[in-house]
Amino acid sequence: MANEIDTGNSARKAWMSLIASAPEEVMMALWGAMDNRPSFDWLRVPEVGGVMVRGRMGGTGAPFNVGEMTVTRCSLVLGDGTVGHGYIQGRSKPKAEAAALIDALMQTEAAALVQRDVLKPLADQVAQTKSNRAAKAAATKVEFFTMVRGED
Amino acid sequence: MYVAVKGGERAIENAHAWLAEERRGDTSVAELSTAQIREQLSLAVNRVMAEGSLFDADLAALAIKQSRGDLIEAIFLIRAYRTTLPRFGASRPVETGQMACDRRISATFKDAPGGQVLGPTFDYTHRLLDFKLAAEGEVTPTEQGTPREDVTPHITEFLQGEDIIQREPESDAVPGDLTREPMEFPANRALRLQSLTRGDEGFILGMAYSTQRGYARNHAFVGELRIGKVAVEMDIPELGFAIEIGELELTECETVNQFQGSKTEPPQFTRGYGLVFGQSERKSIAMALVDRALRWEELGEDNLGAAAQDEEFVLSHSDNIQATGFLEHIKLPHYVDFQSELELVRKLRREVEERTTAHQEAAE
Amino acid sequence: MQAQATQFAGGFSNTPVDAAHAFRAAMTVMARPGEIRTLSGAQAPVPVSGAAATLLLTLCDPETGVYLAGASDTPEMRQWLTFHTGAPLVDAAQADFAVGTWTDLLPLKTYRIGTSEYPDRSATLIVECHALAQTGATLSGPGIKNTSQLNLPDIPALQANSMLYPLGMDFFFTSGTQVAALPRSTQIAKG
Repeated sequence: MANEIDTGNSARKAWMSLIASAPEEVMMALWGAMDNRPSFDWLRVPEVGGVMVRGRMGGTGAPFNVGEMTVTRCSLVLGDGTVGHGYIQGRSKPKAEAAALIDALMQTEAAALVQRDVLKPLADQVAQTKSNRAAKAAATKVEFFTMVRGED
Repeated sequence: MYVAVKGGERAIENAHAWLAEERRGDTSVAELSTAQIREQLSLAVNRVMAEGSLFDADLAALAIKQSRGDLIEAIFLIRAYRTTLPRFGASRPVETGQMACDRRISATFKDAPGGQVLGPTFDYTHRLLDFKLAAEGEVTPTEQGTPREDVTPHITEFLQGEDIIQREPESDAVPGDLTREPMEFPANRALRLQSLTRGDEGFILGMAYSTQRGYARNHAFVGELRIGKVAVEMDIPELGFAIEIGELELTECETVNQFQGSKTEPPQFTRGYGLVFGQSERKSIAMALVDRALRWEELGEDNLGAAAQDEEFVLSHSDNIQATGFLEHIKLPHYVDFQSELELVRKLRREVEERTTAHQEAAE
Repeated sequence: MQAQATQFAGGFSNTPVDAAHAFRAAMTVMARPGEIRTLSGAQAPVPVSGAAATLLLTLCDPETGVYLAGASDTPEMRQWLTFHTGAPLVDAAQADFAVGTWTDLLPLKTYRIGTSEYPDRSATLIVECHALAQTGATLSGPGIKNTSQLNLPDIPALQANSMLYPLGMDFFFTSGTQVAALPRSTQIAKG
């Protein structure tokens, strides 16, 4: 049972994390193409706020505050009582609303459809962007070769 | 005498209107969009995010547009906006060891695992003006290599294995936040780092340079400099677990400094640390040098009386918004203050004149 | 899933406006000890009153520790407060705010009273009462023209608190959707 909850949480963590930093235009286009948008009531209307980002001294030591980032969050409940939470980077209330709806739908029978039509293509695109950047970085990696090894 | 005066509303309104017109400049030239600023002046955007202490590239671009490119004014706008945001909480400390590095170099280890990755750097450009850019800025596609699959380990990890570098004590203590509690001295390292990362780049650079020129004598190598994206995780109380709430570009610099040892510490390498929002390389190196100089006391070093060792001096003067606020307020009307000074100087002059006259009369 | 929804319900319907009205009411009663105002907008799980719930949503955030005393400390209430304010739940000795009935909140000496450098680093107690009425103790001091009256749960204990001034705790009294307040600066006399 505990394991089931853990797996549930880690799947939920994965989709919420993907949505949080995914490019808004791409996500909204995928989401906008989906039919059968459910009706819902707000539990917390979208609000823009700040989160203090912490780092660690030396990368591994004690925490310190680096600065804040903007985050928008909201919570809603579907007709069947399913609660969805949206936490996204930036200040887009429409994106936060979509995030919370996706989070709610992913806990319902619509999960497979949302996964197929929104989350999967979104994850692919995000991975592609990351991979392109990593490929460019790799091309700037220095290959050293020894010119002269002198011994006087 | 106290005189209250009022006026200037119309002059102020007209000045604001003219300011807006001047900001726009010649209307026969196309207007800049904030997206253009965000994409094409990204290092200015990064600086505004770092010193404005708010990671939001669109807002920073807007601030730069509104301030006509005056970055300190833009930082001021961001700081003011920041104070209006409700604070949802604090993130878990970001794991820079997991960074997807665009750039990662070490001046100390040539063959470090992960290699020397130059990234989009100015370093080996010739600093010659490129007149082609004045005509058109089209670029050719970048070469692509094989993307690295593994994470890139921190360089200091290798030295740590030998125990030849000072370890960073692990801790999950909640750090103080200078935006919430007024700074008190002595401050601790967490507050110093927060102050340095949002401090003025020029000031931190000047302080760091002073340490290199011999004030506070610390000879630093860049053990590692990395720039790239890291995920930010936060615990969400209503969920009961942490999720990623976004992704930030960060620049991290770790310096390695030779250290002869002191009464309390064995000879070893010590470290300075810089971590700054965005691609902010100069700032993060400077931050690491100043961080190291400010650690003299905990390492049992001598206070050489250098400015960069003086926590109160560095932290009290590093914030360009505090500095500019106090500096620029002296141009605003001080008619009453000055009137009293004028009266005083006139009175003193009269007294001197009277004394001189009396002296002359006595002499005659 | 339906049961889970309750902890998320009962927040402000229009946060900026509701919070501003609530803040105004809270500030007014604190500035005019003895005055009773209506305070509503939020609904917390039982047994916490609407006025106390509205105060919590208006005054608490992730940086204010809240102590839920006695009967108000239920799992539902904990979840409700966490979702709506993010405020950490703490012991009485660390609390910035505490909520509960007078007897549940006792003993008063557990709470922070501030320091001479920072008298504001003290606790504010939200005392849930059966009813509020302008009878009983006679109040005087800052914000009170001549005198005012308020039914207080324990006059000697609150007199002792006002003796600590400028240190000490501040109190809100709540009942249903009504609120009154007693800052540490108020002098208290019997009847």
